[in-house]
Amino acid sequence: MTSRDILDLAWLVPLLPLTGAVVLLFAGKRIGEPKAGWLATAMMGLAFVWSVVMFIALLSLPGEERTHVSNVFTWLSAGNLKVHLGFLADPLSVTWILLVTGVGSLIHLYAVGYMKGDERYSRFFAYFNLFATAMLVLVLSSSFLLTFLGWEGVGLCSYLLVGFWFERPRASSASLKAFVTNRVGDFGFMIAIFFIVGALGSLDYTQMSAHAGGISKGTATAIALLLFVGCVGKSAQIGLHVWLPDAMEGPTPVSALIHAATMVTAGVFLVCRAHPFFERSDIALDVVAIVGALTALLAGTVALVQPDIKRVLAYSTISQLGYMFLAVGVRAYSIAVFFVLVHAFYKAALFLGSGTVIYGTHENQDIRTMGGLRRFMPFTSMAFVVATLAIAGIPPLAGFWAKDDVLSSAFFGQEYGVYVIGLAAALLTASYMTREVMLVFYGNERFHATASAVPDADVDAAEEPVAVVPEKHDVDPTVSPTVDYGTPPTWPVHEGEPHEGNGLMVMPVVILAALGVIGGVLDLPFTRLEFLGHFLEPVFGGVESPHASSFWSAFGLDVLAVVVAGIGIVFTYAMFRRGLEDPAVDPLDRRLGPLGRLFGHAWYYDEAIAAAVGGPIRRGAQWLAEVLDQKVIDGAVNGIARGVGAAGTGMRRLQTGLVRQYALGIAAGMAALLIWALWRVGVA
Amino acid sequence: MGGYPILTAIVVAPILGALLVLLTPARRPELARAIGLMVSMATLGFALLLLWKFRTNFGGFQYLEHNRWFDSLGVGYIVGVDGFSLFMVVATALLFPIGLLASAKIEHRAKAYVFWFLLLEGAILGIFLSLDLIGFFIFWEAMLVPMYFLIAGWGSANRKYAATKFFIYTAAGSAFLLAAMLVLAFLHQSDTGTLTFDYRVLAAWTTGGMSTTTEYWLFFGFMAAFAVKAPLFPFHTWLPDVHTEAPTAGSVVLAGVILKMGAYGVLRFGFELFPRASAHFAPLFLTLAVIGIVYGSIVAAMQKDAKRVIAYSSVAHMGFILLGIFSITIFGLDGATFTMVSHPLTTGALFLVIGMLYERRHTRQIDQFGGIWKSAPKLTAMFLVAMFAGIGLPAFSGFVGEFLALLGTFAVHRWWGIVATTGVILGAVYMLWMFQRVFTGVPEGENAEMADANGREMLVVVPLLALSLFIGLYPKPVLDRIEPTVKCAVRSFEIRTQTMQRPASDRMDLSGVKGCR
Repeated sequence: MTSRDILDLAWLVPLLPLTGAVVLLFAGKRIGEPKAGWLATAMMGLAFVWSVVMFIALLSLPGEERTHVSNVFTWLSAGNLKVHLGFLADPLSVTWILLVTGVGSLIHLYAVGYMKGDERYSRFFAYFNLFATAMLVLVLSSSFLLTFLGWEGVGLCSYLLVGFWFERPRASSASLKAFVTNRVGDFGFMIAIFFIVGALGSLDYTQMSAHAGGISKGTATAIALLLFVGCVGKSAQIGLHVWLPDAMEGPTPVSALIHAATMVTAGVFLVCRAHPFFERSDIALDVVAIVGALTALLAGTVALVQPDIKRVLAYSTISQLGYMFLAVGVRAYSIAVFFVLVHAFYKAALFLGSGTVIYGTHENQDIRTMGGLRRFMPFTSMAFVVATLAIAGIPPLAGFWAKDDVLSSAFFGQEYGVYVIGLAAALLTASYMTREVMLVFYGNERFHATASAVPDADVDAAEEPVAVVPEKHDVDPTVSPTVDYGTPPTWPVHEGEPHEGNGLMVMPVVILAALGVIGGVLDLPFTRLEFLGHFLEPVFGGVESPHASSFWSAFGLDVLAVVVAGIGIVFTYAMFRRGLEDPAVDPLDRRLGPLGRLFGHAWYYDEAIAAAVGGPIRRGAQWLAEVLDQKVIDGAVNGIARGVGAAGTGMRRLQTGLVRQYALGIAAGMAALLIWALWRVGVA
Repeated sequence: MGGYPILTAIVVAPILGALLVLLTPARRPELARAIGLMVSMATLGFALLLLWKFRTNFGGFQYLEHNRWFDSLGVGYIVGVDGFSLFMVVATALLFPIGLLASAKIEHRAKAYVFWFLLLEGAILGIFLSLDLIGFFIFWEAMLVPMYFLIAGWGSANRKYAATKFFIYTAAGSAFLLAAMLVLAFLHQSDTGTLTFDYRVLAAWTTGGMSTTTEYWLFFGFMAAFAVKAPLFPFHTWLPDVHTEAPTAGSVVLAGVILKMGAYGVLRFGFELFPRASAHFAPLFLTLAVIGIVYGSIVAAMQKDAKRVIAYSSVAHMGFILLGIFSITIFGLDGATFTMVSHPLTTGALFLVIGMLYERRHTRQIDQFGGIWKSAPKLTAMFLVAMFAGIGLPAFSGFVGEFLALLGTFAVHRWWGIVATTGVILGAVYMLWMFQRVFTGVPEGENAEMADANGREMLVVVPLLALSLFIGLYPKPVLDRIEPTVKCAVRSFEIRTQTMQRPASDRMDLSGVKGCR
């Protein structure tokens, strides 16, 4: 087989998990636990193997020829628009499928252990495989429309998996919110597609690369901004970010795979893929960079004071996604891809680690009632700490290289405002992650309710209600363990010590954390060692990415970034060194005062939207349905009918429910007509 | 073309079947049911044969049959099929056996039920195939009678009110249609000397022989009937009432094909007989269609009865269809016609599942349900798939139709297209919200005991969903048969209205398309 023959078989990559999904949907119950999980994992593993083969095949081609389109069949052909079910293998898509299948396999493996005993075990893996299929179609697609199919497909799977425990009202509301919010973004994506058809007459990426330069600046700006609306939804950027924290209601492997490592990075992928449009529009790029930077900063502030282990990570993900958009916004596309990769490693490690913590503490997600867990889960805590250092940007871990690349790109791209915001966000990153590590794994052990639940007299009752020790009972399957800001600490209802996860859960976490350590080698900022940058060059060839003016200026920025991160770590470490004296009082929150409340309530954005939807918007809709539709429009209809009836007494008789006769009359008339007709035919 | 009168067979088979049912003894309802099922399956067989034999790359009418009837009145028996009607025939033929299967639980006067049901099928098929205006009108009116009796005889509590409203409202619209048809034919007679109701002759004549004012008036005469039936905002309020009261199979047929009669009427007669009026009033109807989409979706979200939610969702979906039609672009007409095929599949499935819930709980109030996913997972799965197919998830048929209709609209009326696209957000809101309230949570009381879908119930729903998935992933066979007719229609529209500035993205390529008038 030649390299191109191999690349022709790109469809195998999504087909493998699709097969798993279909088999599990129809025969999952019969396959049973744990075989269903293993089957799904095997399909992901095979897809990874094939992705590696494709990667090698791509490498064997000369740089400028590393792009290959294979069409399976014509999907949609209308007018002069032709869209194929076609796959585009190029450095960008192959990088992404390696990520999706590689990290995906590890998370599948973890889920085999994590989902043990769930009553819908096989269905979980069916959805998981289906998600992988959609994600792989999204990145491998050769056209905007097929990408849109994958884009909506991952949205569907996200809906199904966030609401997987549909007995929990919180989970089912969160899944609804996720889907609808994403659809707001998709609205932009769809209109962008309409614009592209109008401008290029085609939705193929190859056509875009060839002809995007020829379209007007205004159209390019419109397309780029509308595509970005889609990205804002999918990648939870400011404005449409509200669904992602709620999406943590899904099982933790879902949070790791979909809401950290892969799906939420689809927006970054789309900007990279569609960069010819963005390149034509400085305005669009500025918008991307500014939205990204603000998201990085604001989400970071919210993560500072959250009491829920997964919420912290969720806001952290939003913030890190902001960094990625910041990078593409300053034209540092390959650096954004680099950031996506390493972030997938350490964020997946963090999420899976948090899953092990939740699992090991009997469904507790409240970091205020943890503490000292490193004694009970040594491997998980080690991996978690390492991943935390990576995300904080401590050299030589992967996060350092990536974050530093992003910041220096902003600096050398002369986007100084964006640079400063990014630097501030880095301080926040180091702080909230250190807080989480300290509260979960270090300090005093607070997981026994009786040991530390001392009602504290000087806590403001309205703000921090007195801790209530729950009575012992079985875990209620309808109650989500999620902990909101401003609620009293909760304790695991289960007696017994915390424990480490099983081997299946520990191994993927350790591997991912290790990747988070060494992942930097993918793209070191030294001319010969920028492997990823060189690999992606054919895709972003024509782009003028910002570059360091001199080695020493770059080095200076590095030092500054590390110092900032170090300050964050040391400061928070000092604050949480001994854990919490009183679980109801968070010293950082207290020191922030009203700002802490603002951060804790996520700047009240979500609450304002909820109030608007539940209040005036709902009342308006109700008015439409109950007054305008029923009273005005339908009232007019019935009124006219009544008026006509009143106009003549004969008519009135017909209208008082004797329509049966009316119908009979018509039938009789038709019969007469028919007889006459037959007679006429006879005469003719 | 085609030596055998297949179209006549399609129309006549259900009517003959209905007469046959009349001959069965009333105490043996299973006999009536068996005949009904067999006849409707046979009709489906004929329709599939037609689908198989239908020529692609041909824009004109196929399988024409033209027999003299009332020469002195200019009325003939003319039937023919083209890209606009082909899939409506197939969808009708598909939904009726499914409707009969879904009505297996109807014990009350089953014989009469089957009789009216088959008669309804024959009348609807006649509507889609008639090419004589009077023939069309006869079928159009005839269809009301069985539908009236089906609702009034087998509906829910308030069925009399609903049946009456349906009958009078649509018949009122039809009065304008008949008047306009007669005026059109007489104008043609005074112009050319021959009296005819042959659609093909009239369509070829109209532009030359009428003042624009006359054309406008006649156009509105036709549109009065179609707008009520489609239904176009603000003529939609009969629809939720009728849906709530109609038996399940009645709702399936109503949403599936009866509403499409209105859209079909616009496709067939609206802009082909009255091109200048269509062009002139397109913004008005586009606006009403967009209102239908947005308003229908919002009102759908606020309904308390599950069937009313789907009923209002039909208003929104019909909005997409009319939007596509009045864009008068290839994309738009492709999308509208495609949605007319897709919507019966998805909405049919939704009504069927809601009917199953009703059979089990004898209520359709959303707040009476909860947690059904747990007690009836298969039933829920069917609803879930139908729901996503209906709200236009790519890979299902709903997306192809909506996408093309919006694309066409956007190309020529950008802002209408943008506002209409908000329908994809609103659609997710009302459907997922209802899904959440009915199917998620923990089931209590009767909901916890609910029986899951049985084999027969799966048999009626799954084929619809499978078809929706199939033509969503591979719409080519459908579009290949629709598009030649669409291109001919747009072409003749352009010639007659002298609008030649098509947007570049909607360029006309007539190569390989034969049979345009």
